[in-house]
Amino acid sequence: MKREIPILITLITGIFMVVTFFIPHWPFGDMEQRALIWFSIVSGFAMVLGIDSLLAPHFKNIIRRRAGWFHSALLIFGFTATLIAGLQSGLVRHSILAGDGWFMWVYLYIIVPLQGTMFSLLAFFIASAAYRAFRARTIVATLLLVSAVLVMLGRVPIGEALWSRFPDIQGWIMAIPQTAARRGIMIGIYLGAAATALRIILGIEKPYLN
Amino acid sequence: MSSNQRMKKRIPPVVCAWLILCAGLLLPDSRADAPPDGEWWIKVADTPNDDGRSLTITWWTDPAWPADFTGTLLRHVTGSEGQAKPAEEIGPVPLVEGVFVDESLSTSRIYKYELIVQTPESGVRTLLSEPLSPKAQWFNREKINILLSVVIFTAAIVLFINLAKSGQRLYIRKIAGLEAVEDAVGRATELGRPVFHIPGIGTIGDVATLASLSIMRRVAKKAAEYATPFKVPCCEPLVMTTAQEVVKVAYAEAGRPDLFRPDYVRFLTNDQFGYAAGVDGMMMRERPGAILLLGWFMAESLILAETGNHIGAIQIAGTDQASQLPFFVAACDYTLIGEELYAASSYLDREPVLLGSIRGQDLIKAIFMVIILVGVLLNTIGSVSGRGSEEGRWPVTAKWFNDLFHSPGGGGE
Repeated sequence: MKREIPILITLITGIFMVVTFFIPHWPFGDMEQRALIWFSIVSGFAMVLGIDSLLAPHFKNIIRRRAGWFHSALLIFGFTATLIAGLQSGLVRHSILAGDGWFMWVYLYIIVPLQGTMFSLLAFFIASAAYRAFRARTIVATLLLVSAVLVMLGRVPIGEALWSRFPDIQGWIMAIPQTAARRGIMIGIYLGAAATALRIILGIEKPYLN
Repeated sequence: MSSNQRMKKRIPPVVCAWLILCAGLLLPDSRADAPPDGEWWIKVADTPNDDGRSLTITWWTDPAWPADFTGTLLRHVTGSEGQAKPAEEIGPVPLVEGVFVDESLSTSRIYKYELIVQTPESGVRTLLSEPLSPKAQWFNREKINILLSVVIFTAAIVLFINLAKSGQRLYIRKIAGLEAVEDAVGRATELGRPVFHIPGIGTIGDVATLASLSIMRRVAKKAAEYATPFKVPCCEPLVMTTAQEVVKVAYAEAGRPDLFRPDYVRFLTNDQFGYAAGVDGMMMRERPGAILLLGWFMAESLILAETGNHIGAIQIAGTDQASQLPFFVAACDYTLIGEELYAASSYLDREPVLLGSIRGQDLIKAIFMVIILVGVLLNTIGSVSGRGSEEGRWPVTAKWFNDLFHSPGGGGE
């Protein structure tokens, strides 16, 4: 029963959600939205488990004075400070998004710059990955190199200054061969996703159950 | 006659039936109103295929007016107990366009519409519609083609699953990335380093995340057999709790439950770049021998894959985000492209039932290829013979064929 009941719940819920997709009548029409709300509520409760999973190892690191315990202390300090800032905004300013609340200050002056820093690393990672990918060692790699150079030249002002047809060539590469390959992959992905969903609904594949 | 041959005979009639049904349901409605000459009118009708919250108002005035010439549309509402409310002004509406969909209505009220037109020639004229209540429909006819596709898709998969169950041998091509999974775990074991499985930033509701969890069990079991630590940094608490169970059971299945530690599967943060920074930090500190990047990834994909490449780990990646695939191809040793991620669990398990579902999927893909080919041919002929015009047999046939596969709100890539 411990296995059969979850499989039965998945089967009934899965078929029900598929059927509601075709029924606009209340209460079926907005069932997807309701399911998303339920999902958010369950996720909210799961966050408690997530916080426990995040903090417990760091508390252990501090108590046992493991190597790098100072970093764990910093994490717990950051977590507590953000929590206090959130509580101040919610209780005193009545909204977590209040412009003059502490949380927005933490968000704008600490979180956003940190996110921006991580995102900006991508430029360097793209350069190093492109260097490896574009080495013309095989015919396929050479084709990749040539098309990449053409696309890059077509997208920067200096390319158009060198030859006015570079933007047209870039446009053709992106609109025809790139889109054709991308759509082929997308069709495979959608079919694969639908088949996986079907396997889960029918209980053939049970990633949520062991 | 073998079961394969029997099935091949069944497929064309099924596809033809689908096309005919779609065609029948998508034929233009011959009952549409034709505007009478010289007469002005306003009509209100229930909007088809909706949840009963809208009415469609159509009117006919003078088609010779300029396109930006507007009239004022008013709504008269009568409540469920018969009490009338003051008229509400909807606003100016273009008169030549002749149609307006009024939304956010109620099935328990009666609505009447008034169109006020003011012209220098004829002064002010008022058109009043019949009263009507919106009605909700029990089936969205615009989605009939999707319903039939779902039925055919399900039938194909069930059919091949039954074939596989009956002992039919099914061939699945080799997938290099999946063949390398065991080698990757073995290499990490030889180096005395952990294996990292990164499920990405998707939620438990994403199919890619579920596919990643399916693969996780198999790889974790292999890692447990080799007594290699198997670590899963998570971006979502629900994924974390599920992954914790998956890895725990995998270690038990391998007969090594004593080796499992709850902190192998950890929640880091649900912030995208915070997660990337956390995982990168773990990689640099613990130097895993093998990294599996399988699941739903966005811009953090290359940050993670390049860091893994930098520390010299063998990397197997897979995602259903087509925009991230080039990054994985550039930075990882093996990449599962698109649907290969979904086929991975079946491929690793080699269970006939799971393999059967992949063959069913392949059949549908073959049908799609035929449909695309026919579509390309019809549209090419339509475009060449019509010379840019939508009139004529071939352009009309091509449009009819395209409409068969139109879905409401569809579009995209």
